[in-house]
Amino acid sequence: MENISVSIKDLSLRFGRIEVLNSMNLEIKQGEFLVLLGPSGCGKSTLLNCIAGLLDVSDGQIFIEGKNVTWEEPKDRGIGMVFQSYALYPQMSVEKNLSFGLRVAGMKKPEIEERVKRAAEILQIEPLLNRKPVELSGGQRQRVAIGRALVRDVDVFLFDEPLSNLDAKLRSELRVEIKLLHQKLSNTMIYVTHDQIEALTLADRVAVMKGGVIQQLDDPTTIYEKPVNLFVAGFMGSPSMNFLHGEVIEKQGNQSVSFKGIEIPIRSYPSINGIKTGTKVILGARPEYIKIDEKEEGTVGPFEAVVEVYEPMGADSIVWILLGGKEISVRVAAGKRYTPEEKISVYFKIPSVSIFDAATEQRL
Amino acid sequence: MAQRRKKKLGNLQAIIGSIPMISVAVGVYVICIIYSITLSFTSSRLFPKFNFVGLKQYERLWGSPRWQISVENIWLFGFLLIAFTLIVGYLLAVFMDQRIKQEGLFRTIFLYPFAMSLVVTGLVWQWVLDPNLGVQSAMANWGFEWFKFAPLVNPETAIYGVIIAGVWQGTGVTMAILLAGIRGIDEDIWKASKVDGIPAWRTYFSIVLPMMKGAVATAFVLQCVSVVRVYDLIVAITNGGPGIATQMPAVFVIEHISIRQNAGVGMAAATLMLLPIIILLGGRGIIQWRAAKIEKEYEKKMLQASAEVS
Amino acid sequence: MSEEKPESSGNEPRGPKPRKISPARIGVYAFLIISAIFFTLPLWVMLMTSLKTMPEIRMGYLFNWPQEISFDAWVKAWDTACTGRDCNGLKPGFWNSVKITVPSTILSIVIAAINGYALSFWRFKGSNFFFGLLLFGAFVPYQVVIYPLIIAFREIGIFATLPGIIILHSIFGMPILTLLFRNFFGSLPMDLFKAARIDGAGFWQIFFWIMLPMSVPISIVAVILQVTGIWNDFLFGSVFAGRANMPMTVQLNNIVTTTTGIREYNVNMAATILSAAVPLVVYFVSGKWFVRGIAAGAVKG
Ligand SMILES: Nc1ncnc2c1ncn2[C@@H]1O[C@H](COP(=O)(O)OP(=O)(O)OP(=O)(O)O)[C@@H](O)[C@H]1O
Ligand SMILES: [Mg+2]
Repeated sequence: MENISVSIKDLSLRFGRIEVLNSMNLEIKQGEFLVLLGPSGCGKSTLLNCIAGLLDVSDGQIFIEGKNVTWEEPKDRGIGMVFQSYALYPQMSVEKNLSFGLRVAGMKKPEIEERVKRAAEILQIEPLLNRKPVELSGGQRQRVAIGRALVRDVDVFLFDEPLSNLDAKLRSELRVEIKLLHQKLSNTMIYVTHDQIEALTLADRVAVMKGGVIQQLDDPTTIYEKPVNLFVAGFMGSPSMNFLHGEVIEKQGNQSVSFKGIEIPIRSYPSINGIKTGTKVILGARPEYIKIDEKEEGTVGPFEAVVEVYEPMGADSIVWILLGGKEISVRVAAGKRYTPEEKISVYFKIPSVSIFDAATEQRL
Repeated sequence: MAQRRKKKLGNLQAIIGSIPMISVAVGVYVICIIYSITLSFTSSRLFPKFNFVGLKQYERLWGSPRWQISVENIWLFGFLLIAFTLIVGYLLAVFMDQRIKQEGLFRTIFLYPFAMSLVVTGLVWQWVLDPNLGVQSAMANWGFEWFKFAPLVNPETAIYGVIIAGVWQGTGVTMAILLAGIRGIDEDIWKASKVDGIPAWRTYFSIVLPMMKGAVATAFVLQCVSVVRVYDLIVAITNGGPGIATQMPAVFVIEHISIRQNAGVGMAAATLMLLPIIILLGGRGIIQWRAAKIEKEYEKKMLQASAEVS
Repeated sequence: MSEEKPESSGNEPRGPKPRKISPARIGVYAFLIISAIFFTLPLWVMLMTSLKTMPEIRMGYLFNWPQEISFDAWVKAWDTACTGRDCNGLKPGFWNSVKITVPSTILSIVIAAINGYALSFWRFKGSNFFFGLLLFGAFVPYQVVIYPLIIAFREIGIFATLPGIIILHSIFGMPILTLLFRNFFGSLPMDLFKAARIDGAGFWQIFFWIMLPMSVPISIVAVILQVTGIWNDFLFGSVFAGRANMPMTVQLNNIVTTTTGIREYNVNMAATILSAAVPLVVYFVSGKWFVRGIAAGAVKG
C-alpha cells in the first residue's frame, strides 16, 4: 500500500436515475501519470470531479496518500486541478490568481511570495505576473492555471482536458511541457483527454473508459498493440483498425479465418490455442500490419486486392484498398505510390493482429 | 444591371418600411426635445408662446420650494432605492443560487410585484400603511401597541414609505437579472475556487460579482430609468403629499403643464430631468470607449506575445 | 431536509457525505422566507380586505381572514363604484384598456418587427444613426417630450382620442421593441437572407414569407412586454386618452382617491385587484417568458 497515491474503491456516482460511474476500482501509484481516455460523455470528468471532491459520491471510497478523503473538502485533499476553460479569475492579475487561495488560507506573505516565484520560474511566466488573464494568450493562460495548482504544493494534479481549447501547434508544445513538468516534479498526475496522441505520448498508464466503466488499464503500448476488446481496438489509432468479420475454419490441422471466401491462416497468432474452430470472429488488423507486395517474416498471403484511393499524409501514406469487397486501409512508406484500379497483393502480419470473438467482442 | 436596380429598389423599400422609425427618432427624440428646451426659455403658460425670457424660468424653478423638495426627494429616493434593490437583490440572488427547494415558487413571489402597475403598488401600500386601519392598528390589536409604523402621513417620513413601495416593486427584477448573471458564470470558476479553498461567500463577492459587471450595469440602468420616471407611484400613494413632502420632478412637470398652466417652468424642469440621463449615457459611452481601448491594447499585447513565442 | 441514512460500518467514511443542517442553510431559508412574506403580504392584504365587510375592516385586523366572506365589494367595484358623478364601476375602464391595449400591441410590434428587420438586413445610409437616436429615446424621461406631443396631437386633432393614445403607445414602445427585434434578426444567419435574395425575393417578400414566421418566439416576448406595459400605463392614459377612453388604471386611481362620501376600502381593494388581474394572469401564465421579456427589455444597447 505504501506507494499507492490515489485509490478508488467501489466508486459509484449517480445523477438522479442516471448511473454515470458504477462500482469503479482504480489504483494509481505515486508519481504515476495516468490518462483517462474515452469518448464524450463516458464519465471522465465525473470521475475526476469525484477525486477532487467537487461531486459527492453515491457510494464507495476515495483514498489519497493513504488517507480516506471521501468526505473531505476539495481543499483538504491535497489535489490541484486544471480545467479546459482555464477558469482563471478574470479581474485578478496573474500574481493574484496564483496567490489568492493561499492568502485566503491565511498563509504568511513571504511564504506566498516564495511559492509564487518558484511556480512562475518553473512555468516561465515571470514576465506575465502583473498582467490580467485577458491580456494572455491561450497557452499562457493554461500555464497560469497550472501554476495555480503548483503553488498549492499538492500531491496529486488533476487535469481535465487542459489542452482542448488550444490550436494544434500550441497543444503539442504544451504537451511536451506538461511531460517535462511531470519529470521535474514527479507528482502523481491524472489527466483526462479524448485525444489519443496526448494519451499515448504522456501516459505511464492509460485507462480507456466507456459508459462509466474502465475497459482497459495498461501502458500505452499494450493498449495500442493488444486491445482487450473491440471497443478499445476501434477507439485507438487513426485510421482505425480494420475489422474483418469471418469464421474460424480448420484445414489439415491448421486454423484460418475465412473472410468472404478468402482464407487467412492464423497459425502464428500468439494465443492460437484458445481459438476453437467454428467460432465467428473479427480479425482486427492495424493499417501498419498489412503489407502490400512485400512478404516479411511472419506475414501470410498473398491476397488479391485492388487500390481504391491513395492518400499521402507526409511521413507516410494511407492506401485504401478493396479486399473481398471490403474497404481496408493500409499504411505504406511515403515513397511508394499507387494508382487507383491498380491490382496488388497484400500480406497480413498475423503475430501483430488481434482476433476478437464476434459474440462477446473480447480479445481471444 | 438588373441586379443592381433590384438592390436599389430593395433599399428604397427598406427606407419606406423604416419611415415610422425615422419619424419617431427625429420627430420625438430630436424635435420634441429641442422644442421642450426652447420653451423652457419662454414665458409659455398653458399654450406655447415664443417670447423669450432668458433663464427666468430656471430662476423661478430653483426659487420654488416645490422643486427644491422634488430634487431632494429624487436623490434620496434614487439613492436608497437603487442601493436597496441592488444589495437585497444580489443577496436574494445568491441565496436563490444555493440549490434551494422551491426555487420557482420563490422566484414567482419575488417577481410578481413587477408585473403590477405602479398605481396598484401605490394604492396597496397606501392601504397597508394606513395610520388608522393599516399594519399599525393590526399590530396594536395583536398586542404590540408599541409598534408605530405609518410613515406616509408624516411629512418627515413620507418619502421612506414611498421607498418601501418602490423596493417592493423593483427588487424582484433586480434579483432575476443578477441571478441570471450568477448562473451565467462558467462552472469551472466555481470548481477552481473550491479547489483553492475559497469560502463560498468570498467567491460570490470577490470573484463572481466582479465577473458579472454586465448584469449589474443592466439592473442599475433599469432602476435609474425607473427612478427618473417615477410618477404613477407618487400620484397613487401620496399624490405628492402630505403637503409637498413627496413631490418628484416628474410630477412637478406634469402639474405645471396641466393644472398649473405654466409650461415654461414645467419645461425648465423637464430639461433638468434630461441631465442625469445624459450624464449616465455619457458615462456609459466613456466606459465603452475605454473598453474598446483596452481591447485594442490587448490585441497589441497578443501580437507581442505571439512574437515573443516565435 | 433529507437526512441521509446513517453509516452502516461507521469506521470509515464511505458513500455520500452525510448532510448536516448547517446554521448557514437555516439562515438562507430564513432570509428567503422572510423576504417572501414581505413580498406576498400586500397581495394577501388586498385579497383579504376585498373580501371583508366595512364594519369588519374598521376593527383593524388587517391581516386576518374575513369572518364572513363577501363578494359585494367586487361586484360594486366592477359595476357601480363612483368616480365623481359617474357610477359605473371599473367596467368601462376595463373595456377602454382592452380597446387601447390590443391595437397598440399589434401596431407597435408590427412596426418594431419591420424596423428590426430593416436594421439587420437592409442597412441603408444613416439607419444606424436613427437606431441610435431611438435607443437614446429609451432612456429619455417622458416628461421631456410629453408637452410638445400634446401640442402636436392637438394640432393634428388626435389628442384625447382612441387613435391618439394608440399611436402614442406605439411611439413609446418602439425603442425597446426595435432593439428586441433587431437583436433577434441579427442572430439569424445572414445566409438565409442571401439565399432568399438570390431567389429574387424583395424586401417585403422576405419579411412576410421568411422572417415573420421565424419570429414567433420573439413576438411572444414582445406581446408579453407590451400587454403588461400598456395595461399598466397611467401617465399616457391620464394625459392623452381623454375622458371617454380613460383606461382602467386611471379610473382605478380616480375611484380610490375620490374624496366624496365614506371611503370603502373593500371596494378600493377589489378594484385594485381587478386592475392588476390582467398583467398578473399574463405573468403567471407566461412564467419564464416574462423573465426573458424583462431581460430583453432591460439590456438596452
Ligand atoms: N449534473 C449532471 N446531471 C446529470 N447528468 C450529468 C451531469 N453531469 C454529467 N452528467 C452526465 O454524466 C455523463 C458523464 O459526463 P462527463 O462530463 O463525466 O463526461 P466526459 O467523459 O467528461 O465527457 P467529455 O469528454 O464530453 O467532457 C454524461 O452522460 C452526462 O450527460
Ligand atoms: Mg469532460
